[in-house]
Amino acid sequence: MLYREAGQFKTTYGADQSVFPIRQDRIGIAIILLVAFVLVPLLASSFVLSAVFIPVLVFSLAAIGLNLLTGYAGQVSLGTGAFMGVGAYTCYKLTTYLPQANIIVLILASGLGSAAIGTVFGLPSLRIKGFYLAVATLAAQFFLSWSFVRIPWLYNYNVSGAIEVPTRTMLGVAVTGPNATPLTRYLVVLSIVTLMTWVASNLLRGRIGRTWMAVRDMDIAAELIGIRLYSAKLLAFAVSSFYCGVAGAIMVFLWFGAAEADSFNIDQSFLILFMVIVGGLGSLIGSFFGAIFIWGLPIVLRAAPEFFGLTIRAATVEHLQFMIVGALIIFFLIAEPAGLARLWQIGKQKLRVWPFPY
Amino acid sequence: MDLLYKIFLDPFVQMGAAPDLLVQTLWEGLVAGVLYALIALGYVLIYKASGVFNFAQGIMVVFAALTLVGVAARLRQWGVAPGDVAAYGALVLTALVMLGLAWGVERVMLRPLVNQPEIILFMATFGLTYFLIGFGELLFGGEPKVMITDDLHLPRGALEFKMLGGFVSLQKIDVAAAVIASIMVAALALFFQKTRIGRALRAVADSHKAALSVGISLEQIWVTVWFAAGIVALATGIMWGARSDVSFALQTLALKALPVLILGGFTSIPGAIVGGVIIGVGEKLGEFYWGPLLGSGIESWLAYVIALVFLLFRPQGLFGEKIIERI
Repeated sequence: MLYREAGQFKTTYGADQSVFPIRQDRIGIAIILLVAFVLVPLLASSFVLSAVFIPVLVFSLAAIGLNLLTGYAGQVSLGTGAFMGVGAYTCYKLTTYLPQANIIVLILASGLGSAAIGTVFGLPSLRIKGFYLAVATLAAQFFLSWSFVRIPWLYNYNVSGAIEVPTRTMLGVAVTGPNATPLTRYLVVLSIVTLMTWVASNLLRGRIGRTWMAVRDMDIAAELIGIRLYSAKLLAFAVSSFYCGVAGAIMVFLWFGAAEADSFNIDQSFLILFMVIVGGLGSLIGSFFGAIFIWGLPIVLRAAPEFFGLTIRAATVEHLQFMIVGALIIFFLIAEPAGLARLWQIGKQKLRVWPFPY
Repeated sequence: MDLLYKIFLDPFVQMGAAPDLLVQTLWEGLVAGVLYALIALGYVLIYKASGVFNFAQGIMVVFAALTLVGVAARLRQWGVAPGDVAAYGALVLTALVMLGLAWGVERVMLRPLVNQPEIILFMATFGLTYFLIGFGELLFGGEPKVMITDDLHLPRGALEFKMLGGFVSLQKIDVAAAVIASIMVAALALFFQKTRIGRALRAVADSHKAALSVGISLEQIWVTVWFAAGIVALATGIMWGARSDVSFALQTLALKALPVLILGGFTSIPGAIVGGVIIGVGEKLGEFYWGPLLGSGIESWLAYVIALVFLLFRPQGLFGEKIIERI
C-alpha cells in the first residue's frame, strides 16, 4: 500500500530514466544515507564502528569492484586480493613521496596504479575465457603476492616487511594513522564508498555498462554487433581494479592501520568472490548485501552460543563456524542462485502488489 | 649484457657442468608433477562427468588422509588387530567414507543444483570446502598427523645411483608414487573406455539431457564419479602425506593443480598427467636455475605463468576439446 508507483507520472525523459524512478525508493535511499551519515555516528560505539561498519563498507567497495568485472562484464577473476594489495602499496608509496598531498586524493589516485596493473593482467582475457581465465588471474594473484614480499622497495626497505600507515591530517583532523578516531575514519570511508557507488551506478547505466553486459551475455554476438571486445574487456579490468585498489587502500589506511603481504592473499580473493556470489552477480546492492552477510555471519555465530547460555570451547566454535558457513553457502545457492539481491527484488515486487497479490 | 648472459647462458652452463644435479632436479620435478597430476586427475574426473569444477578436491585429499590416519589409530586403540591389518582395514573404511561423502554430495548439493550455471556449482563446491574443513577439524583436530607409511608397507629410504660423475638419489616413496599414479591413470582410462559405466559417463559428459533420455541415471553416474574422485583423493593423500605430514596445509596444493589442469585441458585424463609433468619439471628447473636471479620463491607463481604462456597459444589446453563457439 505504501510502496506503489501509481499516480507518479513521468513527463520528461530525464525523469523516466532517473536512477530511482519511484518516489518511495528516493525516500528510502535518503533515509539510508541519513542513518549512515548521522544516526550511526551518533549511536554506534567506536568498537562497533571499527569492527563492523568500516569492514563492511570496505568489503562492499571491493565486492562492487569484482562485481563490475565478474557480474557485469562476465570475466571471472580470482585476483581481487592482489589488486587490493596493489592499491594499498601504491597508496603507501604515494604517501612516502608526497607527504603534503591530501590523503583522500592519494587514496583515489592509488586506484590508478592498481588499474594499470589490472589492465596488464587483463590482457590474456581476449584469448582465454571462463575458468581458464580464472586460472590466469590466479597467476596475477600469486605473482603479486610474491612481489609484495620480494620487492623491498614497496615497503620502504623496513625490517618487518609490513607497511605502517603514517598520520595524515585533513582540515586539522587526523584521518589516518594511530591518532585517527574511528568516527573520522568511518565518515571518510562512508563518503568514499558512497561517491564510488554513485559513479559505478551511472557507469553501468550508460554506454560502457551496456557494452559490458553485452560482452557478458555472449561475447561473440557482442563483437558481431560492433562492440570492440578488447577495449571493453580491458576497460572492465581497469575499472574493476581501480575499485579494488581503492578498497585495498582504505582497508589498510582507514581500517587495519598496518598490513603485510599476507593481508592480500588468495583467501581474501575468495572471500570477496563469496560476497559477490552470495549477494548477487550483476547487482550493486547485492555487493552490499554480500559484504554484510559474509562479514556479519561469523560475528553472529560467535555471539550466538553465549546468547543461549551455552559454553562451547573456542576451537569448537571456530570449527562449527566453518561448517555452518559452508552449509549456508550451499543452502543459499540452492535456495536462490541469483543471490540476496534477487530476494530483495522479489520482496519489493511482493510489497508493490500487497495486499492484493493478483 | 650481464643480465642476458645470466638469463640465457649461465643456467645452461651450470646444467652442463653438473649433469647429476640436472638429473636430480629433473627427477624431483617429475615426482612433483606426478603428484600434481594425481590431484588434477580428481578434478578432471568430476569435470568430465558433471561439468562441475570441484574446488573441494584439495580438501577431499586432506579429509581422506585424515580419515585414514584417524580410523587406523582408533582401530589400533580398540585392539581390533595388529598394525598392518588395522591399516588396511582403515583403508577400506576410508573408501566407504568417501562413498558416503559422494552420495551425500550428490543428494544434498548436486541434485538441487542441476541446470545451474557453472559458476554457481563452482561456488557450491566452495561451500563444501568450508564445510569439510570445519568437519575435519572437529573430528580429527587441527594438528598435523603422521601418515601410517610403515603399516601400509610403503617403501621408505632412498635408492642411490652413481651416474654422470656424481650421485643421484631417488626416494623409494617417490618411485612408488610414480608407479601408483601410472597404474591409476591406466585403470581410469580403461574404465572410461571399456566399461558400461565408463560409456555412460562419457555420454553424460557430452550432454546431460541426451544421456537422461536414453535412460542413463544421472544420480548414479554422479555418485560413481565423486566416489572415483574420492579414491583418487585418498591415493593422493597417502602419497602427499608420506612425503610430509598430513595437515590442512595440504589443501593449498589443490591450487597448484589448477595450472596443471588448464595446461592439460579440463577434460583430458592423459592431459592431466602430461600437464603435471610439464609443470612439475618446469617449476623445479626454474626454481633451481633461474630462481636465484629473481630472489627465491618463484615456485609459488612460476607454474601459473607457464600455464598462462601455453594458454595464449592453445586456449583449450594441450589436450582439451576444441572450443567451438556458436551464436
